[in-house]
Amino acid sequence: MDIFVQQVVSGLATGGIYGSVALALVMIYEATDIVNFAQGQMAVVSTYLAWSLLNAGLPYWAAFVATLAISFVGGVLLERVVIRPVEGAPVLTVVIVCIGLLVILNSVMGWIYSYIQKPFPSPFPDRPIRIGNIYFGAHDVGALAVTVVVLVALYAFFRFTTLGLAMRAAAQNPVSSRLCGIRVGWMLAIGWGLASLIGAVAGMMVAPIVTLDPNMMAGILIYAFASATLGGFTSPGGAVLGGLIVGVIENLVGTYVRFIGTELKLTVALAVILIVLLVRPSGLFGRAAVHRV
Amino acid sequence: MPPRRVPLGLTMLALAAAVLPFALSNFRLFQCAQVGIYAIALLGVNILIGYNGQFSLGHSAFYALGAYTTAIMIDQWSVPYGWTIPVAGVLCLVAGFLFGIPALRLEGLYLALATFALALAVPQILKYFEHWTGGSQGIVLSKPSAPWGLKINPDQWLYFLTLGVLVVLFALARNLLAGRTGRAIVAIRDNPIAAQAMGINTALYKSLTFGVSAAYTGIAGALSALVIAFVAPDAFDVFLSITFVTGIVIGGLASISGAIFGALFIQFVPNWAQDISKAAPWAIYGVFLIGFMYVMPRGIAGAVRLGVARWWRPRAEPAAAAARSRG
Repeated sequence: MDIFVQQVVSGLATGGIYGSVALALVMIYEATDIVNFAQGQMAVVSTYLAWSLLNAGLPYWAAFVATLAISFVGGVLLERVVIRPVEGAPVLTVVIVCIGLLVILNSVMGWIYSYIQKPFPSPFPDRPIRIGNIYFGAHDVGALAVTVVVLVALYAFFRFTTLGLAMRAAAQNPVSSRLCGIRVGWMLAIGWGLASLIGAVAGMMVAPIVTLDPNMMAGILIYAFASATLGGFTSPGGAVLGGLIVGVIENLVGTYVRFIGTELKLTVALAVILIVLLVRPSGLFGRAAVHRV
Repeated sequence: MPPRRVPLGLTMLALAAAVLPFALSNFRLFQCAQVGIYAIALLGVNILIGYNGQFSLGHSAFYALGAYTTAIMIDQWSVPYGWTIPVAGVLCLVAGFLFGIPALRLEGLYLALATFALALAVPQILKYFEHWTGGSQGIVLSKPSAPWGLKINPDQWLYFLTLGVLVVLFALARNLLAGRTGRAIVAIRDNPIAAQAMGINTALYKSLTFGVSAAYTGIAGALSALVIAFVAPDAFDVFLSITFVTGIVIGGLASISGAIFGALFIQFVPNWAQDISKAAPWAIYGVFLIGFMYVMPRGIAGAVRLGVARWWRPRAEPAAAAARSRG
């Protein structure tokens, strides 16, 4: 029983990270109808940035905040420069451009920082937290807490600020929004900025667990895809919940189903994606897509 | 291009391809065989993405399936290598058809996602079935020597084998795409609802296209196992799929000759880019992917076609004008 609870808790922690990347995906999807294949790689870039800042001698939380700020601006710039020209183009074009972006960011990071794995510090103490017979890794709990904070902050932003309202409006009905004086193009750019910022948080939270290298996010991205699919690509809360569920499933299956172990972990994500898409394509909390003929 | 020119051009190309093995070193020849293999794979991917409009980032999986079918059949059961190529093709046809069925319910992005996940999972699955696949060590094969007492070395023979398969598959693809079936495939891409209203069984055609596309890629994989004489799981990761997509975008979406241009690009450009840095080939892929999407969405084949059309227009014009004045 102890092992079970332990696995569930650490599943929740990794699930929180999947959830935050999934959240970033869902945000861009909601705002622009694009699934950003470069999302994971953008997070890697942010994490390397944080690594450089830390190496330059900045204290952790200063580097953290600086990274978030730069990531936000970087995300806005990417949308303006790279994605803007293909706005409204067929899905295929947009996916190819995103993949191009993924490949460029990946190789540039490899070029600058080499492909050698780098340790990344955790802001939380090493000492595990003990409740009864169960030990919680402080970093796991901390990462989960950070995810929750980000989620609440985002919810508040979208629910209670004028800018958040404008962004939701721009996503739901671009034409009417423009007539109301909302600058729809910039709303999309800010959406990318926010997604990049969330990705940066996820990257800095996951890097202490998996160590930093240019391909760090590939596996996590696919789990994030699985989470977003499970929760529904149109539901931010669903994406985070989906992430938590996927994280727990991953850990439990890895522990209890012997033939899967840790070697077939990505296959579990593939199975989740396929099953959800076959059984309930819109996910647990998503709206079904309706096409006008 | 006026129809009379095509056979002449093709004949010259065939002659050049036949003379090549006696003019080049074995290593260059190996690279040329690789180009042929990539061209087959790219044609398969292009049938699916370019003509049918179903996006796939998972074709490295079928390439791997083809390669491992050949490798395991030779390594474990000592099957003559010639038989392994059609078996790989049929196996991938079935696998592709089966994967195409759930893919029916996925449009655009979701299909890209599902196939992306497939591509990521494949190396792990290959490593898991260690007994068959040799785990991360892979399987080492030996290059087959030429049959019928031909006095050519294995590299030359493999080049000719690849070339032969390439010609047959390209002819088949041309016939498939130029006729009724091809029009149905393209109609599904351009407007699925209208296609259905015209009586096309979209579900069947889409899964069949997926199967055919997978079969092409699988045959390419089988040939690559023979030419490289080695298979290992990490060669079939998601970046291979991205390479295929890059190849067809650069060669030209929805064009048969585009597969050759794309194959030349993905074989030779990374090679010289490698001299700059280990990371440079991928940076160049990325820049080309985005750049082509902005300025040359029909790829090299499209640009060539446009160039040829411009070249021929002035001479065609007087005839057209004469026809107009008569009419």
